[in-house]
Amino acid sequence: MSKDIRIRKGLNINLVGAAEETISKAVTSNVYALNLDDFHGITPKMLIKQGDEIRAGEAIFYNKNDEEMHFVSPVSGELVEIVRGARRKILTLKILADKEQDYIINKVPDLDSDDGEAIKSYLLQCGGWAFIKQRPYDIIADPSVTPKAIFVSAYSTAPLAADPDFTLKGKEQEIQAAIMGLSKLTPGKIHVTVGKSSRSPFSGIRGIELHKISGPHPAGLVGTQINKIDPVNKGEMVWTLSPQDMVMLGELLLTGKFNAERIVALAGSVIKEPKYYKTKIGAEISTFLYASGVNEDRFRLINGDVLTGTKTHTEGHLGFYNNTVTAIPEGDDYEFFGWNKPVFNKISSTRALTFSWLQPKKKYDLDTNTNGEHRAFVVTGRYEEVFPLDIYPLQLLKACMVKDLDEMEQLGLYEVAPEDFSLTEFICISKQPHQQIIREGLDLLQKELG
Amino acid sequence: MGMKEKLHQLKLKYQGKKMAPAFNALHTFLYMPNETTHSGSHVRAADDLKRTMNTVILALVPCLLFGMFNAGYQHYSAINGFPESFSLFDHFLTWDNFWVGVTTVLPLVIVSYGVGLAIEFLFAVIKGHEVEEGYLVTGMLVPLIIPVDTPLWMLAIAIAFGVVIGKEVFGGTGMNILNPALTIRAFLFFAYPTWMSGDKVWVHEGVERAGTADAISGETVLGSLAQGSDYAYSLSDMFYGFIPGSVGETSTLLIILGALFLIFSKIASWRIMVSAVAGALAMGLIFNGIVDAGWLPEYSKFYTLMNFPYWQHLVVGGLAFGIVFMATDPVTGSQTNKGKWYYGFFIGFLSVMIRVFNPGYPEGVFLAILLMNVFAPTIDHYVVRGNIKRRLKRFKTATIYPKPSDEVDSLKTETA
Repeated sequence: MSKDIRIRKGLNINLVGAAEETISKAVTSNVYALNLDDFHGITPKMLIKQGDEIRAGEAIFYNKNDEEMHFVSPVSGELVEIVRGARRKILTLKILADKEQDYIINKVPDLDSDDGEAIKSYLLQCGGWAFIKQRPYDIIADPSVTPKAIFVSAYSTAPLAADPDFTLKGKEQEIQAAIMGLSKLTPGKIHVTVGKSSRSPFSGIRGIELHKISGPHPAGLVGTQINKIDPVNKGEMVWTLSPQDMVMLGELLLTGKFNAERIVALAGSVIKEPKYYKTKIGAEISTFLYASGVNEDRFRLINGDVLTGTKTHTEGHLGFYNNTVTAIPEGDDYEFFGWNKPVFNKISSTRALTFSWLQPKKKYDLDTNTNGEHRAFVVTGRYEEVFPLDIYPLQLLKACMVKDLDEMEQLGLYEVAPEDFSLTEFICISKQPHQQIIREGLDLLQKELG
Repeated sequence: MGMKEKLHQLKLKYQGKKMAPAFNALHTFLYMPNETTHSGSHVRAADDLKRTMNTVILALVPCLLFGMFNAGYQHYSAINGFPESFSLFDHFLTWDNFWVGVTTVLPLVIVSYGVGLAIEFLFAVIKGHEVEEGYLVTGMLVPLIIPVDTPLWMLAIAIAFGVVIGKEVFGGTGMNILNPALTIRAFLFFAYPTWMSGDKVWVHEGVERAGTADAISGETVLGSLAQGSDYAYSLSDMFYGFIPGSVGETSTLLIILGALFLIFSKIASWRIMVSAVAGALAMGLIFNGIVDAGWLPEYSKFYTLMNFPYWQHLVVGGLAFGIVFMATDPVTGSQTNKGKWYYGFFIGFLSVMIRVFNPGYPEGVFLAILLMNVFAPTIDHYVVRGNIKRRLKRFKTATIYPKPSDEVDSLKTETA
């Protein structure tokens, strides 16, 4: 059964340097790292000490607020470094990988006969839970609350992001297992959304509600899809998963092995040969970055896509949830009369002597320049043109800024994640940090209302 | 070392200093800054506030140039009489006319920007924030909505009042409740009413020469109508703008061109413009209807204005200018798309109403816009309520699962 969704509001950001659809095997990384910022809101409690040996799939720390929620190591090796920040907060865990990888093989639950509780505790124990995120708050799911539905977006509209149709090829078995497992955890439906004309591996999967979506970015964001299919209300809970994480979840359920292998798109105008690489969570980015080569000395390396990713560097590691690594030029240079002369080489949502509207298909080479300074909100009505959710974006942002909890709730903060505001942030004339504002708003709401 | 590097060194030198905002304002005027993204999206679209404001200024330039020529045209026509057979190049676009514009309009522009920007810089330095671009448009609007001979000291005082009380006390650009340009206009109107209305102020030297043998005057179309007298201008004069009035407001043609540019460039809201025009037409039709129905005796002091063809309200006075350039101010207008329809409609509606019912000062658009500025947040409030109500309605059918604790299990066994 499939339903068609058509998104009209939005903006496609076409950039040069899309990954070519070939997969190369990345050089094996020596050191793997887990960046704790990837697990927003989790306070880690270490299970092993620096210098201890650990096996792949063995728990390395747990969630302080929920001792059953374990986070596991992607590889076997030695925990060589615990990088700490202010107030001894753990930032990064670095593991020196063994030459021969040694996996823990967990005893798998029976997907046909075991109940939800058994599957839940299995996922919590074996590190699979980290892949399940919840809304409200856009954090790792609270295992004590049953979701009303689970949403998966198997369609990517973000600039230069990995194409799920390509990366999921041949993974039907794992996906099916993940769906079977997840379906025990909710009495509601599992909504999967694919592109309208895609040949998604999800088309043959049983036990899901398949939706087809078309239109510009953010059609591929799960938040857009939730809003169109079954929006989150106050008190409700939905889960979201990315399809590539479902493959890992599925393998964990089928074989009992936490296989951190992942196909990653290396893209961006700085990359000489943008293409896909097979590597592992936490691997050094340099292990595949230099295989493709770079055009410039100074560039911005991003874990994720250019709209929602996090800044990293050439010594950085692949993030826990990322399947795209993007490299674009840094834009820390001045431009003479840049604010009033006609612009042909940048994307704009207006036509104020900006000419990207003439060639909507043209691919641009954008850098990290903000193209202007931070200002108070002035212009109105622009965000709505790229924001398809039934929410007033400007009003919600302002409610978050003034920390008006009632207003934040009423205007629908429960329904959104920071990434839903990435496009409004992109076009913002006042250069306001939308995603940060929403993140802080969500954290505040969670803290105050629990 | 090129200018770019020199300025970069200077910027580093000023960093953290008191004068940094003033330097940065000049620096970013010359060069778009080297700032890169730190959080959220790593790439950003090409538009910033400077570009947005610049687009509005570009749309205003034709009105300004026309106003400069018109200052001379009205001046000489008042002295020598209007030409019998009007020719654009012989009578209007002449150096003589332009020179009158240079000596009267240009000083207004210079004082407007000089005083306004000085205050903006002062506040930026005192409060330690960047100089924001809001005044770039205000500074251009103000000279265009006042009579040509407004004394410069008067303008300077009004601007100081408008910028400080109208904007800075609320926190600067983006925070103000009332349109700053109209606040300045309102201050001038209420503080110096004799300089803002009557039949002398609209023509250069009209006030100076009053009472002498060389006295000249030029009444605006609305002024004539308010007094129940006839006006000597044809409809095409009014549309093209060869009539007395505030500096930049007379040419409906150029205002329409500006409007089309602003709508095409997506800078100003077409919703506000369309609904304001609709509102003005609606009110005009109602008045025309009252006259046609014979409810109003001809000796009524409202008769001439009520009988004025409803659509011609749009080509006289400042209504068109106000709708295109002032009502569309995003900060003081309604912020929701739905709200913009109501907001614009009432501006048009009230403008014509004030015109007709206020013979003492027949220009209602600035009062209507200021009034609706005050009501804009209320309109938005009710529009946003609609969204909240929709969400609350959904909430009634929310699917909330209790925590799967013993309670649920016991319920399960009960139902089983």
